[in-house]
Amino acid sequence: MKAAGLFLLIAGFVLVVSALVLLSPNAPRGAFVVAGIAVQILGLALTFRAHLSPDEGR
Amino acid sequence: MQLHPAALTETGMAICMLCIFLVPLTGAGLALINTGFGRSRSAAHSMLGALCVFAVAVLVYLLIGFAFQGYIGRPAHLLSFGGRQWNLLGADRLMMRGVVFDGSAVSLVACLQLFSVGIAAMIPLGTGSDRWRLGASCASAALLAGITYPVFAHWIWGGGWLAQLGGLANCGSGAMDAGGAGVIQAVGGLAALSITWILGPRLGKYETSGMAIPGHNMVMVLFGCALAFVGWLGLDAAGAMLFTGASIGSMTLIAVNNVVASSMALLTALIVTGLRFTKPDASISANGFVIGLVSISGVCTMVSPPEAAVIGLVAGLLVPFSVEWLDRLGFDDPSGSISVHAVGGLWGVIAVGLFAQGHPGQWLAQTAMVAALLGFVLPLTYCLNLLVNRFYPYRIHKDGERQGLDMCELGAGAYPELAQSTNDHLYR
Repeated sequence: MKAAGLFLLIAGFVLVVSALVLLSPNAPRGAFVVAGIAVQILGLALTFRAHLSPDEGR
Repeated sequence: MQLHPAALTETGMAICMLCIFLVPLTGAGLALINTGFGRSRSAAHSMLGALCVFAVAVLVYLLIGFAFQGYIGRPAHLLSFGGRQWNLLGADRLMMRGVVFDGSAVSLVACLQLFSVGIAAMIPLGTGSDRWRLGASCASAALLAGITYPVFAHWIWGGGWLAQLGGLANCGSGAMDAGGAGVIQAVGGLAALSITWILGPRLGKYETSGMAIPGHNMVMVLFGCALAFVGWLGLDAAGAMLFTGASIGSMTLIAVNNVVASSMALLTALIVTGLRFTKPDASISANGFVIGLVSISGVCTMVSPPEAAVIGLVAGLLVPFSVEWLDRLGFDDPSGSISVHAVGGLWGVIAVGLFAQGHPGQWLAQTAMVAALLGFVLPLTYCLNLLVNRFYPYRIHKDGERQGLDMCELGAGAYPELAQSTNDHLYR
């Protein structure tokens, strides 16, 4: 699960960079950038979830 | 971000140099904070670890780091993409052989970066407190100083693609970070997150619910905060002059913003912990002071003092909840480095986009910087450390952890005349 989370972190980064580099300033770049960050937040949640072990009573 | 080397007068050069000479105080402050938050039986190890990590980071950065980082106008590896030339990586000579140490902008940058990389490498030490082997922390510092830090610093401070976003992609002035909220603090904080993933919690941390393991010397922590503050003034002032072209006159604004943001963050954390735990928590309040300094670093020359107060207020609100939340998620971070440096650093980067005036579209560049920190720095740091951990285990064996790192790794304690406490826990 942690690997999947890290993959999402990278995927979100690629999405943000692609939006800024490939789209023209008139295109809705902001929406793609926000979507990329949302993917990264999902990735962080997944990595944090993977770190949380259920048998330690936290 | 400026895409031409800083033009300094002789007076500017002298002031910048004086500011750089203050920067090691930040490292001294962080070392005291990390040691105070740890157990007494690992105190000498923690202080020695800070010095060793600093030394390793400086030497590795000298050897290869600066070659990857470079500076604006220096040789670099370019990539043609989308019909534009993107600056990806510095291509300077190894061992700083291309730098003439004559007080020029590039020589001042090289000097400042030697201190900055040492500070970034010291941040994870507090997270790995009481269980991270000395050799392993040095290996991790070498990875940070040789690969992660210089590559990311080049993107912002070396005229790299994130700094170019302003001119080439119409995103404000490109990614900006005057004092290193992202480049130094967030990089160090995300390295701390990777380390706590690899090391796991201290023995006994989560065995009994409702228990905390308090730091052994809160006076050391609070004195460390005061010391770090002085160093931070130098770090932010020198960074602003070299990387954003700030004038000598703006030094007063930097000092005012620093003291305002840190004071506001301290008081906010103090009040929030007082309301939540019935009495103010000294450790989280100290972290509140430092997160105020971290979060104002990126934008120290670009905001007014009332805006600095707002940035400090948000930072002061973030730290108690972040510390508590990470603890519940099983991140054993004795010094709160992840909350202070990673969360505070990311907030500092975002604050540039929110508060910097006269840069339309700046938030896009700052968001790209956050994305790079989370999508490049964090996975790379984690994977590199995980790889080294396979061959050279980071964590000390259980008997060594119970005995304390001082006796186990150094053969002598920090406080030989004092009896060692066997009860590490404090009821909340």
